[in-house]
Amino acid sequence: MTASNNGVLNSKVPEGNLQDKWDNHKNNLRLVNPANKRKFTVLVVGTGLAGASAAASLAELGYNVKAFTILDSPRRAHSIAAQGGINAAKNYPNDGDTVWRLFHDTIKGGDYRSRESNVFRLAQVSNNIIDQCVAQGVPFAREYGGLLDNRSFGGAQVSRTFYARGQTGQQLLLGAYSAMMRQVATGKIQVFPRREMLDLVKVDGKAKGIVTRNLTTGEIERYAGDAVLLCTGGYGNVYYLSTMAKNCNATAIWRCYKRGAQFGNPSFTQIHPTCIPVSGKYQSKLTLMSESLRNDGRVWVPKKKGDNRPPNEIPEEDRDYYLERRYPSFGNLAPRDVSSRSAKYVCDEGRGVGKTGLAVYMDFADSIKRLGADAIKAKYGNLFAMYEKITAENPYEVPMRIFPAVHFTMGGLWVDYNLSSTIPGLYVLGEANFADHGGNRLGASALMQGLADGYFVVPYTLSDYLAENLHSEKIGTDHEAFAKAEKETMERINKLLSINGKKTVLDFHRELGELMWDHVGMSRNKEDLEMVIRKIAGLREEFWKDVNIPGENNTLNKYLEYALRVADYMELGELMARDALDREESCGGHFREEHQTEDGEAVRDDENFSNVSSWEYKGDDKDPVKHIEDLNFEFVTPTQRSYK
Amino acid sequence: MSDQTMTIHLKIWRQKDKNSPGKLVDYTVDDANPDMSFLELLDWLNERLMNEGREPVEFDHDCREGICGSCNLVLNGMAHGPMQGTAVCQLHMRKYKDGDTIVVEPWRARAFPHIKDLVVDRSAFDRIMAAGGYISVNTGAPADANAIPVNKRDADLAFDYAACIGCGACVAACPNSSASLFTGAKIAQLAHLPQGHPERKKRVVSMVDKMAEEGFGDCSNYAECEAVCPAEISITSIAEMRREYAKAISEIE
Repeated sequence: MTASNNGVLNSKVPEGNLQDKWDNHKNNLRLVNPANKRKFTVLVVGTGLAGASAAASLAELGYNVKAFTILDSPRRAHSIAAQGGINAAKNYPNDGDTVWRLFHDTIKGGDYRSRESNVFRLAQVSNNIIDQCVAQGVPFAREYGGLLDNRSFGGAQVSRTFYARGQTGQQLLLGAYSAMMRQVATGKIQVFPRREMLDLVKVDGKAKGIVTRNLTTGEIERYAGDAVLLCTGGYGNVYYLSTMAKNCNATAIWRCYKRGAQFGNPSFTQIHPTCIPVSGKYQSKLTLMSESLRNDGRVWVPKKKGDNRPPNEIPEEDRDYYLERRYPSFGNLAPRDVSSRSAKYVCDEGRGVGKTGLAVYMDFADSIKRLGADAIKAKYGNLFAMYEKITAENPYEVPMRIFPAVHFTMGGLWVDYNLSSTIPGLYVLGEANFADHGGNRLGASALMQGLADGYFVVPYTLSDYLAENLHSEKIGTDHEAFAKAEKETMERINKLLSINGKKTVLDFHRELGELMWDHVGMSRNKEDLEMVIRKIAGLREEFWKDVNIPGENNTLNKYLEYALRVADYMELGELMARDALDREESCGGHFREEHQTEDGEAVRDDENFSNVSSWEYKGDDKDPVKHIEDLNFEFVTPTQRSYK
Repeated sequence: MSDQTMTIHLKIWRQKDKNSPGKLVDYTVDDANPDMSFLELLDWLNERLMNEGREPVEFDHDCREGICGSCNLVLNGMAHGPMQGTAVCQLHMRKYKDGDTIVVEPWRARAFPHIKDLVVDRSAFDRIMAAGGYISVNTGAPADANAIPVNKRDADLAFDYAACIGCGACVAACPNSSASLFTGAKIAQLAHLPQGHPERKKRVVSMVDKMAEEGFGDCSNYAECEAVCPAEISITSIAEMRREYAKAISEIE
């Protein structure tokens, strides 16, 4: 390892009191006058919550927006699959919630590895998001009096989560998508479906365009713009099995990394505690069961190892409700990282259930007895139905079997307070950036962050950059930088198609995924991480010699798309392992076995690691260089996170 | 994981592009597992085809949780296959018997041009949405969310209609290739919410006209759409659309 601290990153956090930073900043940001806005073109890559909300908001302001999606419609982006809800500090239930409390819960939930100013801003705009979505016609759950309903989520002791049955992400995304389609009708947004961004084009150090592959025709296309917004989501599919959609991938952020955008905290991965367990080798993805279920489901395993009795025949005294036992004040609503690790421990002890022994029970019997099956159905009907479709078991009668799965990546491209990456003109929004969740994201905060970035942050901060660039020369797609990026992309594709090896892309992806899950997953140690870094290097070499990609470039070819993505996962997987190796502490989802208490709780090292690790690419044959952003906690005092 | 395996015979529509003729091609998977989803069976087949140096079958898919609306297969003549209220990604092989034959075809409708194998172009749906499937509110500072109470019945109904996943099964199942269930669902959702009222007349006329312009047929109450809809959207949405349309036209005239 030759990671070295090469200076300190400037996060451009405004001066002043926490409460005043964002307002002061807005007062000082430069504006672009309406007549000049139409002179600018903004490229928005990805159309999930962050991308769709940014595209709509920027078009409403008068900018020309080109929006790109790898899917056949912007409405299908994976934000659509978010189930549980979205947080906001409305305090409608009168249970004492405030912007400060939402901020504090989020910082604490993130194990003090996020930037105070960003998180406070997130909490501040959370209420505007709810107002905006209701105005768009998002059908949130309501009480009989016609007002909005709330429920509680992990890591919080108030009910601040707004929801639309178990389909909150769908409804929020359709709201943002509708706003976007309205701008399509006005001509301010042009949508480019079935396009995958394969490179970033830089001119004089600034982001000036992108190169995409038209997934229907194979054509490599060039698009020029005055700024590029990456809203391409997380990179959980590095692990092969995750709850991400099959097309979610890291290529856009990875290509930008290779063009100079630094990558923040790549090892920070969220393993969600409540997913449906793996059933066989053919398994293509994992399905999440919303965290909201933990409001009414009790998590347990048998007390004795190898207790093979059916769950309903195991009496109360032989059950271990381990979350309630270990964390009495939060119980089944302990945060995700804590809950996942606890499930791993009990399975490691041989107390896991089901055929594989890699599962724990989530039991609704008590809640059904207390509230009635109808009440449970009203709250979670679609989740129970989904569970039954996948497992052929009825959760109203037998407890669900659940196990942790990769679900979200807190790491991502490093951004400053303005959401600008280290490449001027390249902004990164939503899950694709590293910013707001620190070492662990709380439930119902991803939707909040995606929409905060797109609706209420980037429209202001981008104008500051564009105002500064009002008089800079317009770059056309005939510029040599485009030709170069296009040529390099074409070479990569041709090389992949010419290998004609023996192993499928799936073989490589599965192998990489297993390495990552076993050693860069819920629990990590030095020896394994060093081994993984070596093994991935070998796997990558083998990939470029022995992968077999069918068909041609000039047509729809999903396995070619997939191969390009897997090639990037293999590089990113190595960076994740390097970062995990470098961070000699346990924090949030990053758990180093060398750093734990006697009873297995994470031990943070604030002295040495109260910072963000931001990695800079230096070439394929060189080690990346680590830069540091120090996290200064002026307004909260980092404490040992305790949910006991 | 089930220890059994099953043999499944597949007849899959293969078509290079929209200008080439297509045909059904026979395949047999002799080690299918009852716990596999149908799309995992196709993955499994594709892996084998690639290992044999043959071209895999192209099909659209993404979330595999029944919510993104990407997957779109007609199995033995039924859009999304034999399970009611279920997208084909959530259909598991345990629904079939050892030795079964399944015919796999794409959505077929003039308004959904063919791309390759089982993949079609559904962008006509986006254009219907752009014709009025929204409430005209800019990002900014709207009123407090609780300043617009919505009675629970209307809120729940609006949600039922809003649950549409935009997959297009309604079109594929309809003898007229009508998009009425899709279009009606959005119109009915917004008609049940006070936020949707200012634009309701313009919206319904514009979306219905766009639907016809895109080449979708009209509705003649076969109700096949409701039978196959994975989000279980009710055809009352079509009745609501027609009522909205009739009211809008009479008042505009």
